[in-house]
Amino acid sequence: MSPLNPARTAREYPARYRLEAARCDACGAVSYPARLVCPACRGRKFSPVTLSPEGQVLTWSVIHVGPSSHKHEVPYALAIVELTGGARVTCQIADVDPAAIRIGMPVRLEFRRIQEDGEAGVIAYGHKAVPA
Amino acid sequence: MNVGIVGYGAYIPRRRIRLAEIASVWGADAAAYERGLGLHEKSVPARDEDTITMSVTATRRALARAGIDPRDIGAVYVGSESHPYAVKPSGTVVAEAIGATPAVHCADLEFACKAGSEGMFIAAALVKSGEVGHALAVGADTSQGAPGDALEYSTAAGAAAYIFGTAGLVATMEAQVSFMTDTPDFWRREYMHYPRHAGRYTGEPAYFKTTFGAARMLLEKTGMEPKDFAYAVFHQPNGKFPMRAGTQLGFTREQLEPGWLSPWLGNTYSGASPIGLTAVLDRAKAGDRIMMVSYGSGAGSDGFVWAVTDRIDEVRDLAPHTREQLDNNKTYVPYGVYAKLRGKIRMGE
Amino acid sequence: MRDVAIIGIGLSRWGEIWDASLRTLWTEAALAALDDAGLDHIDAITVGCMSPGLFIGQEHLGGLLADELGMAGVPATRVESACASGGVALRTAFAEVAAGLADVVLATGVEKMTDVSGDECTAALAAAADAEVEVFPGATFPALYAMMARAHMARHGTTREQLAAVAVKNHRHGSLNPHAQFRQQISVADVLASAKVAEPLNILDCSPITDGAAAVVLADLATAKRLAKGRPIVRIAGVGQASDRMALQSRRDMTTLPATTAAGERAFKMAGKAPVDIQLAEVHDCFTIAEIVVLEALGLCPAGQGGLQAESGRTALGGALPVNPSGGLKSKGHPVGATGVAQAVEIVTQLRGAAGPRQVPGARVGLTQNMGGTGASTVVHILEVAS
Repeated sequence: MSPLNPARTAREYPARYRLEAARCDACGAVSYPARLVCPACRGRKFSPVTLSPEGQVLTWSVIHVGPSSHKHEVPYALAIVELTGGARVTCQIADVDPAAIRIGMPVRLEFRRIQEDGEAGVIAYGHKAVPA
Repeated sequence: MNVGIVGYGAYIPRRRIRLAEIASVWGADAAAYERGLGLHEKSVPARDEDTITMSVTATRRALARAGIDPRDIGAVYVGSESHPYAVKPSGTVVAEAIGATPAVHCADLEFACKAGSEGMFIAAALVKSGEVGHALAVGADTSQGAPGDALEYSTAAGAAAYIFGTAGLVATMEAQVSFMTDTPDFWRREYMHYPRHAGRYTGEPAYFKTTFGAARMLLEKTGMEPKDFAYAVFHQPNGKFPMRAGTQLGFTREQLEPGWLSPWLGNTYSGASPIGLTAVLDRAKAGDRIMMVSYGSGAGSDGFVWAVTDRIDEVRDLAPHTREQLDNNKTYVPYGVYAKLRGKIRMGE
Repeated sequence: MRDVAIIGIGLSRWGEIWDASLRTLWTEAALAALDDAGLDHIDAITVGCMSPGLFIGQEHLGGLLADELGMAGVPATRVESACASGGVALRTAFAEVAAGLADVVLATGVEKMTDVSGDECTAALAAAADAEVEVFPGATFPALYAMMARAHMARHGTTREQLAAVAVKNHRHGSLNPHAQFRQQISVADVLASAKVAEPLNILDCSPITDGAAAVVLADLATAKRLAKGRPIVRIAGVGQASDRMALQSRRDMTTLPATTAAGERAFKMAGKAPVDIQLAEVHDCFTIAEIVVLEALGLCPAGQGGLQAESGRTALGGALPVNPSGGLKSKGHPVGATGVAQAVEIVTQLRGAAGPRQVPGARVGLTQNMGGTGASTVVHILEVAS
């Protein structure tokens, strides 16, 4: 079991690389990543939508004890970010002074390395927030 | 048919290390190094930044200025000597991330510090040929020097991206040339972590001979003289070489300084002269002519003459300016953190 | 549906039990529960365990553990709902007895967590969060609860000291429990000065890594009366379980636990009781903030006032509503799959009047709340002394 199995990583590209999401045709709720059933109304028809990279911090933590995959990055900030348009993402806040993070802080998603499967395995890319 | 740049973007990491900090670790004379290299500090990539991430961000900024649909990009070239994978292209990730796949030609390029301009040369020529409507060229590096080596004081990180096309140009390409000989001034063998270089041989017989060669080809091809240019940008492996090369060719400091970033950026290798050009475009006016000459060890130079159009005023502020990235929001790291970020510490399993 | 009672309870050793494997710990608890019930046979076994695959590389616990107990032959099933696995094992056993599929069922929970490194343990526990949405970018459980805490502090003015008060209270309770992993008393200052784990949570806001197992024997009321041995019969009066959106980011209000509220409402309705009837509770204080939001979600205190409960002494032994008299997950320990069953063990002990120095006087109705992840699974049981 590796979270960075190549097939598993590649199938997440639309969401992780391009912030592609799905808007429910019935109720308009945006699901990110895309899924088969709308959690808001159980609608099954969606239209593709690309998330705005701009947003603000809803809540955050600074992690001092990390999992194996991120243990050399501590301390790092993790946040739930609400993007313009209402979709939410859980992501790190990079390039930030932890003391400067606030609820409501404007951030922007930037393309970053998220994990790597050791020195020889695949590198998984995605987005982190940076102060806007 | 005019071919040129329709969008450009740069990315400079926020972290910096001062030369004095590096010198203090190796017992070197910091003042002598700063004077000798003409460098004060250099950019440092974070653990989550590499050639691919910087390329994507620079490209998104270029797209913002180009205002085109990424699916209209028919070719993607990423030039670097620090591709994250030895085998598996950086360009595929960049193309996928910007949404240019799958009808796109893609290649990673490597030619020491001129891999970025190589991509520009090919992309421009491919658009000129009519094979593709738009082509993307990126120069990006997170280059490394061996601990304590002179290179460690200059090797930096950054990226610049250019989208070429035939309409909506912000700068028309008036000439492109290449000057190349086999010159063993700098290399890195397969499986080696750090490059080697030939000391002072990298100067006169390598950098200067090749840079002058390409610059003179450009002047001859266009019938122009240095005074005809508003700006000139040369490869900047340190603070001194580009200024010396430019002034010896007859350019003034006023023509050179706007694109001269290395004293506070370091050598971003494949990103160096391309990032310098973004800084110039950020302030250029319609009608300005710009000479750009790259240099890559091995050794070769690509040279371009750009004529800025009035569209520059519309796009300049659609993405972060290069000087602002260089001067603002800097975070200084001590050498220990730098060594950790750059993977110079042997880790336990 | 038949009435169901708990007629036997048992715990294994809890803590860092270097000399015992999962199967040994589980068997210790199972034998203790069977002996307590005075039984040598059962009709079925349920096993709550979160992640034996990641912790010890062993799946298929039903077969393994029935065999260990010398009871190969009975139906034996592992159920998993992250840290709510034990509570769900209890509910599953309840359903079997209530439905008449079995008369006597051994409901158990177990986790062996110390055979992996701290990093591996953090990663295994993180598997209870959304792997793609939360874990991939680097979330840990402390961080997810820390983000709930941050939101609660911003919304309700909950203070860092109020979080600490939960740990202080639960350690005080645990100091009275010979079975607790950490029996030392701590102060608010100790919590505030302890190492940062995920701001604003420190290490003393977090439940520990624990090896352990718990077991209860469930029987229909007629069987229970036959085996009562003069002890009070503890009936499972209400059962409720609910789920919620998996990722914390999907919860519109990150200071609430809708699954806990729904599970509580179902259990209260089934028991014909209201929050005011609850005399003591064992709730899922995996982190200090969790106890605060759980009390609010269950209606055991007004919304937004969870922070006041431990600080004011209301939820301490001697207060109006003692919460986690066992010491809770924080002090007693949190072998994740065992916790939900161990909560029932504590409530039964209290309702039998056998809790010694931590006894809640006159306790007749108690509640357990056990949840998985950041609350995407919750199971609530209401236990009462059968009249």
